[in-house]
Amino acid sequence: MIKVQNITKRFGDYAALHGIDLEIEDGEFIALLGPSGSGKTTLLRIIAGLEFQDSGEVFFNGDDVSTKKVADRQVGFVFQQYALFRHMTVAENVAFGLTVKKRRDRPSKAAIKERAEELLRLVQLEGLGQRYPGQLSGGQRQRVALARALAIEPKLLLLDEPFGALDAKVRKDLRRWLRDLHKQMGLTSIFVTHDQEEALELADRVVVMDHGKIEQIGTPEEIYMNPATPFVSHFVGETNRIAGNDGEIHFRPHDVDVVTEGGEAVLVDNVFRKGGWWRVEGVLAEAGLVVEFDVDAGFPQPSPGDTILIRPRRSRLFNPEKD
Amino acid sequence: MSTTTLSPPRAARRWRKPSVLPGFGLTFGFTLGWLSLIVLIPIAAIFLKAAGMGWSHFLEVGFSSRALSAYRLSFGTAAAAGLVNAVFGLLVAWVLVRYVFPGKAIISALVDLPFALPTAVAGIALTALYAPNGWVGQFLDPLGIKVAFTPLGITIALVFIGLPFVVRSVEPVLADLGKDVEEAAATLGATRSQTFLRVIFPAIAPALLTGFAMAFARGVGEYGSVIFISGNMPGKTEIAPLLIVTQLEQYAYEGATAIAVVMMLVSFTILLGINAVQAAGRKRMGA
Repeated sequence: MIKVQNITKRFGDYAALHGIDLEIEDGEFIALLGPSGSGKTTLLRIIAGLEFQDSGEVFFNGDDVSTKKVADRQVGFVFQQYALFRHMTVAENVAFGLTVKKRRDRPSKAAIKERAEELLRLVQLEGLGQRYPGQLSGGQRQRVALARALAIEPKLLLLDEPFGALDAKVRKDLRRWLRDLHKQMGLTSIFVTHDQEEALELADRVVVMDHGKIEQIGTPEEIYMNPATPFVSHFVGETNRIAGNDGEIHFRPHDVDVVTEGGEAVLVDNVFRKGGWWRVEGVLAEAGLVVEFDVDAGFPQPSPGDTILIRPRRSRLFNPEKD
Repeated sequence: MSTTTLSPPRAARRWRKPSVLPGFGLTFGFTLGWLSLIVLIPIAAIFLKAAGMGWSHFLEVGFSSRALSAYRLSFGTAAAAGLVNAVFGLLVAWVLVRYVFPGKAIISALVDLPFALPTAVAGIALTALYAPNGWVGQFLDPLGIKVAFTPLGITIALVFIGLPFVVRSVEPVLADLGKDVEEAAATLGATRSQTFLRVIFPAIAPALLTGFAMAFARGVGEYGSVIFISGNMPGKTEIAPLLIVTQLEQYAYEGATAIAVVMMLVSFTILLGINAVQAAGRKRMGA
């Protein structure tokens, strides 16, 4: 179990983290989700030991590792830009963590070679061991980085925006593949992302962060359906925000019914197809606010200039005085 | 309408491949012309002059015992200075890239000063410092260490001259290396020295070799700073460039060119070798 207790961190005048508490069960796949500057990467780096907190503790299975150096924490870390060793072959990269072990802990040369091959098979790069990282595609490099991190048999796998530098298609494939790999290995893993879709798709639990604080911790379902704060509601998934009498009303574009009477009038600005739906962008006639909502594509396509009556099927009220 | 077969450009006659980058003819022509004017023609003239003197005379002058010891001294001290610079230049580059400290811009500018300073000034200053009664020399002399007027002094002058080459060639590569590679090594359990030896050093080695080669080449040809500190004793502390000047002063132009030709061939061979090592390294990395 990983436990993070009351972690604070400042960079000069800038408070990167204030008072972070987090508990992670063995085998969990956790996403740290937030916009840039939310402190998610700093938290990941503190857990890894690449950065040190100003106060608070980090526990691995009950051991306080707060002052332990990164080399002694036995964590696998996957960097956003892969950070592969360019002058080493893929196999040498993967084996690096084994070859730097102290002589008495170091496996034999043959065993290291065997292990590197095994890991390359695991990340589906069999036969590419003699290539150099410069000869691989981005997705392949990221998998080499992952194999390299797994070679030291880490207790914890940390991934910093692992798909950030990849194009959309590769990203999607690699995402699915990583989820399967996690299921197969059951290794406790934490990854940082600013992409809510990625977090919701991969993680067992999502930690939403903003301005150095945790906004909400929950399963993807809880985060999406019951956002605890206006920030989470707005940041995770698409949300319309309109001012109500008692506070701010949030509703998702797909939680909207088109009605013939008793709804809010929307003047349509723009319509486009979004999968099986028409996505309608318009202005609430009464409040003058921009809203987006989806209309089943079975209906005739609305045109700009139309007026449509809508009623949110589900909405959430956030009262700023209460929060 | 008659059908015409479009014949592909005849490969045999085209020695350059079609390229989307324009201006190859112009730039290549300019390159050749420029190189000819500045480098090739003067060098060819030296070879011509040397060729006119006859083989036995060439051997006699170019490989006299005085010339041989001058080559040994020039290449030896230049190599030693290049090595010293490789070590300490790397250190300076490291400090300049990795740390932020007050006065960094000034230190960085100081590194380039040997480029700008008249070499004679450097030579005189170093001689004054390291002479047995100089500021530094007076402490070394009682220890039996003689610097000025010895090969050690020549090496020090060449270290001064060559430092910027190493620093400036290593610096950008080191900056480009990225902290994450070092961090990756650390997460994999590598110690600091393992990280340096196995990750950082191999990555910067090509640049370091370039810096060494340039410092070395500069050292071999250096004249101005060395003649003051060396003492110029024939056979002992007389460098090859000085020997050439001495020959010229005695109107022995052929002797001067003979020595120049030998120096040039040796230098060229060494530099070609270094370039070959680097090309092999680059090819290996596949980038």
